[in-house]
Amino acid sequence: MNELIGALPILLHAFVTTLELTFLAALTSLVVGIIAAAMRVSPVPPLRWAVSVYVRFVRNTPLTIVFFITVFGLPQVGINFSFFAFALLALTLYTGTFVAETLRAGIQAIPIGQIEAARATGLTFIQVLRYVVLPQALRSVVPPLASVFIALFKNTSIASAFGVAEAIGTMTNMVNVHSTIVLWVMGATAIIYIAFALLFGRAFAWLERKALIVR
Amino acid sequence: MPDSLIVLDKVNKWFGGLHALRDINLSVKAGEVVVVAGPSGSGKSTMCRTINRLETIDNGTIFVNGEPLPAEGRELAKLRSEVAMVFQQFNLFSHLNILDNVALGPMKVRRQPKAEAHQQARDLLVRVGIGDQAEKYPAQLSGGQQQRAAIARALAMRPKAILFDEPTSALDPEMVNEVLEVMTQLARDGMTMLVVTHEMGFARRVAHRVVFMDTGQIVEEAPPEAFFTNPQTERARDFLGKILK
Ligand SMILES: Nc1ncnc2c1ncn2[C@@H]1O[C@H](COP(=O)(O)OP(=O)(O)O)[C@@H](O)[C@H]1O
Ligand SMILES: [Mg+2]
Repeated sequence: MNELIGALPILLHAFVTTLELTFLAALTSLVVGIIAAAMRVSPVPPLRWAVSVYVRFVRNTPLTIVFFITVFGLPQVGINFSFFAFALLALTLYTGTFVAETLRAGIQAIPIGQIEAARATGLTFIQVLRYVVLPQALRSVVPPLASVFIALFKNTSIASAFGVAEAIGTMTNMVNVHSTIVLWVMGATAIIYIAFALLFGRAFAWLERKALIVR
Repeated sequence: MPDSLIVLDKVNKWFGGLHALRDINLSVKAGEVVVVAGPSGSGKSTMCRTINRLETIDNGTIFVNGEPLPAEGRELAKLRSEVAMVFQQFNLFSHLNILDNVALGPMKVRRQPKAEAHQQARDLLVRVGIGDQAEKYPAQLSGGQQQRAAIARALAMRPKAILFDEPTSALDPEMVNEVLEVMTQLARDGMTMLVVTHEMGFARRVAHRVVFMDTGQIVEEAPPEAFFTNPQTERARDFLGKILK
């Protein structure tokens, strides 16, 4: 027990990296997802095809392989980042596809008449997206986006296999050192994950209430 | 037709195998109110929507203010801002309150400063009789109020013409008049209007001309009095017989 209490601060500290990775990747994948969703509904066919290829390939590839390709593939062509940056990139590419697909559903739920009214007012394609489509689409997809980001939170653990000292990597090291309390360390790690995930859930539920559109 | 604001010249449009517009010739002068009538599916909406290019055409030419309709892009956006449209389903932006619905176009398309756009929006809402609804969201308004807000939104662009596609068809009967009154006032103020409607009372009182469509063609075109009392074609007589019952 004392051993566990001694190990906790190190574990908690590792969660800082996990949270950093989660928040940064959430932000970047939101940006990637918005751009991808916008391209997917654009009137320019090559943009639509490009996104369609990106989403189909990356979304259906196991995340571990996306990590492999970024961490080991990019240095082959002379691109070198820190492990953390590679992890961020891999998570962004992967999560971006889920954000894009979620948003696309939100965009399709907007009554077509509102988009026609916006065009008839003289707004350009980008303006229609920015002022009419995305504000509504983003609000309507808050609940499914919450699931996407909670999955992202847990997916950051894959970074441990690629040299990032986040929670799971640190846990694994600890388990090796303190072999007598393996289950305790794992249990504590799981509980911290669950606590944060619940907290995110709460935050998104609050956001959902704020974002509600009366129709 | 030098003084015509809107001209359709031998316009044809197909939806797949369906010939939706057949050799449409129509011109609307500045300040004129033209009512378009005809049975459901005769191409009235489609014709309306081709004028600000919500629908593309397959051949023929459409001129607005003497210029042929530009292709998709900035020029077209500019033209659309000059020919406003009012829809059957109102189509207000659900995430914006009524004031922002009206002010969005002037701010983003005309680059008006916010204070000015908001002031203009308030004035227009007063003009259409819903000055006290500015802070509400579309879903909180009755259909009649929503449609009047949509008219204010159209007016905010200071358009040269407004296209109305069955503006009262989605309304409960008791709300039809409040919208028609606003439209009548607009006509009196000299607005150029192309109005698809089955409100024959409105057509009689306000229109300068009635255009009757059937199966994608303009079958008859006449001043309202002549059209109602002495329709020239069997199809128009049929239609009037059904609608005036
Ligand atoms: N987007 C579309 N795709 C295929 N057919 C359409 C489309 N819009 C309208 N139509 C068809 O074109 C014809 C004319 O429609 P419309 O202009 O809406 O008639 P109206 O407004 O007079 O009722 C109808 O037969 C309708 O089914
Ligand atoms: Mg119609």
